[in-house]
Amino acid sequence: MTKNRKALKQQKLSAAKQLTSGLKTVSADMIGELLGKVIASGNKVCIEGDNQKQADFLSQALLELAPDEINNLHMLISTIGLPEQLDIFDMGLASKIDLAYAGPQGFRMARMLREKQIEVGNIHTYNELYARYFMDLRPDVCLLCGVEADSDGNIYMNGSAEDSSAIVEATAFQQGIVVVQVNRIVDKVRRVDIPADWVDFVVESPRHKFHLEPLFTRDPAQITESMVLMGMMTMKGIYAKYLPRTLNHGVGFNTAAIELMLPTYGEELGLKGKALTNWVLNPHPTMIPAIEEGWVESIIPPGSELGMEKYVEANPDIFPIGADGSLRSSRLFAQLAGHYSADIFVGASLQIDALGNSSTVTSERMTGYGGAPNFGCDAGGRRHTSDAWLQAGQEYTGGGLPRGRKLVVQIVETFQQGMKETFVENLDALQLAADATFPLPPIMIYGEDVSHIVTEEGIANLLLCRTLEEREQAIRGVAGYTKVGMKRDKKVVADLRSRGIIQRPEDLGISKLRATRDMLSARNIKDLVRWSDGLYNPPSRFRNW
Amino acid sequence: MEHLEYKFDGGNTQTDMLKSTVQGVVSSGNLEVLIERKKLNGKCRFIIDTAAEGFAKTWQAVLSRFMENHQPADLQFSINDYAASPDIVSLRLDQAYEALSGGKK
Repeated sequence: MTKNRKALKQQKLSAAKQLTSGLKTVSADMIGELLGKVIASGNKVCIEGDNQKQADFLSQALLELAPDEINNLHMLISTIGLPEQLDIFDMGLASKIDLAYAGPQGFRMARMLREKQIEVGNIHTYNELYARYFMDLRPDVCLLCGVEADSDGNIYMNGSAEDSSAIVEATAFQQGIVVVQVNRIVDKVRRVDIPADWVDFVVESPRHKFHLEPLFTRDPAQITESMVLMGMMTMKGIYAKYLPRTLNHGVGFNTAAIELMLPTYGEELGLKGKALTNWVLNPHPTMIPAIEEGWVESIIPPGSELGMEKYVEANPDIFPIGADGSLRSSRLFAQLAGHYSADIFVGASLQIDALGNSSTVTSERMTGYGGAPNFGCDAGGRRHTSDAWLQAGQEYTGGGLPRGRKLVVQIVETFQQGMKETFVENLDALQLAADATFPLPPIMIYGEDVSHIVTEEGIANLLLCRTLEEREQAIRGVAGYTKVGMKRDKKVVADLRSRGIIQRPEDLGISKLRATRDMLSARNIKDLVRWSDGLYNPPSRFRNW
Repeated sequence: MEHLEYKFDGGNTQTDMLKSTVQGVVSSGNLEVLIERKKLNGKCRFIIDTAAEGFAKTWQAVLSRFMENHQPADLQFSINDYAASPDIVSLRLDQAYEALSGGKK
């Protein structure tokens, strides 16, 4: 069957020709019919479905297909973001899915999985899924999302390229069909992000605007004193110690707090220019003060961020900008950079067990992995060195064959809203595996990959733990008043503290009285707009003035 | 609301306190701590009014650890709690105590 990929593509294109009279541009009202000609039963159909942007018009158009003619589709969607992408399973068009993340549709996914309405192949990390597009999950058809197209099929995607370049490469050159929805069909595209001869069809979305989530906007007004305290500990106990130059931050408020404290506490610690210069990061609005204060040399973004366009374009030395003046992003390259060339990853998790394994999967909600496991692990294939990487490696091996080691830091509050405990004896993920929903417990970051856990109570340096028992007590020793924290062995914890494996704020010389919101260089969204000289244009849901 | 009182044997840290101190801001999910010097035969007393009922054991744990860490004596703590999580209670107590014993702002 695989022998016929080229012939099958030709057949599909011939059938479509009757509709399009050989043109690449298809009118919006014909799109259902076109998809009916280029999608066949059992095809692997890749649709964007990215972390931020969604090919909303094409997702909806799939619902026009007739399930008695076209069915058993195998969907490849990195992020399931729209209800239509699951409706196609309810309708009987599709039967199987391979994915990386199901954020907004996570509750419905979990329900469909329980009721066996959907077959999940695997849940992946982003780059892992893209890699499979070139191996055993070659797309027969891809449905992409861009900003502009010309009538030849050249595509402009602006800063929200995200997954597009990985998907189009895998589809166009492996005899798949490439269909792109764009906001506008224009005479001349602003920049060619995908060349015309990779593209089979383009269609102008009647809404002229694809769905885009401002996923990386954190309102400084929601940052608490606990987060400030944990941020101060991370900056003094980890950043100032290892001086990592290359890094990635997660999307949570804990790391947003650190970003906002670079011009204040970071300045006081003398970190500027010595550490934290090269970032893998979406254009976080909370980075504006640090950028303005000259902390940042470069930021490679996996995607864009709504409202940050003008600010990003005004900083071409820092962000990747095309000759046309607009941002270019790539999740593939940014994930590669985070995996291989970041000395430190700092993120958070919903559940951590006593050995440091963490998961964001709960029984009611199936979110998936996204990029965290790829960022939050020691890259076994890394060979280039840096001071931070070597220092961490030295702590980890404690002698013997010299190795480097990535710093993987989890910052978590011991309690979440509603007194929900972050530290647990058993992850919900284990139960899911036991219920046979997943062949493996869906672990986000394995304990052995974590170098430090930071809570309000202190820092646990897991690199220095020599046995699993020590690691367990180091984690219990910072787990606060959770049940996991209460079950600590006080003697062992005191010993770990005397060896510097556990550090309390007072051990780091941090006064808790200073852990106030005064530490933040911006205290609300409006402050960020001011820092940006009015270039940052926050989405209306973040405007409360 | 639940009213709780705890008494602990004090340690040997005498706070040279000239004034009482109020630390912590009352707002949603937060709490207010007032520490006063009192002749309590070396003991410490905690008087708690809390909006979250049924957490007496957690309070016991938080206060014991506070006493262990700082070893204070002859202090009375009045706490108005608006359902703060234990880590926030602990942070506020530490902040109040640090302010009291002359920690610098």
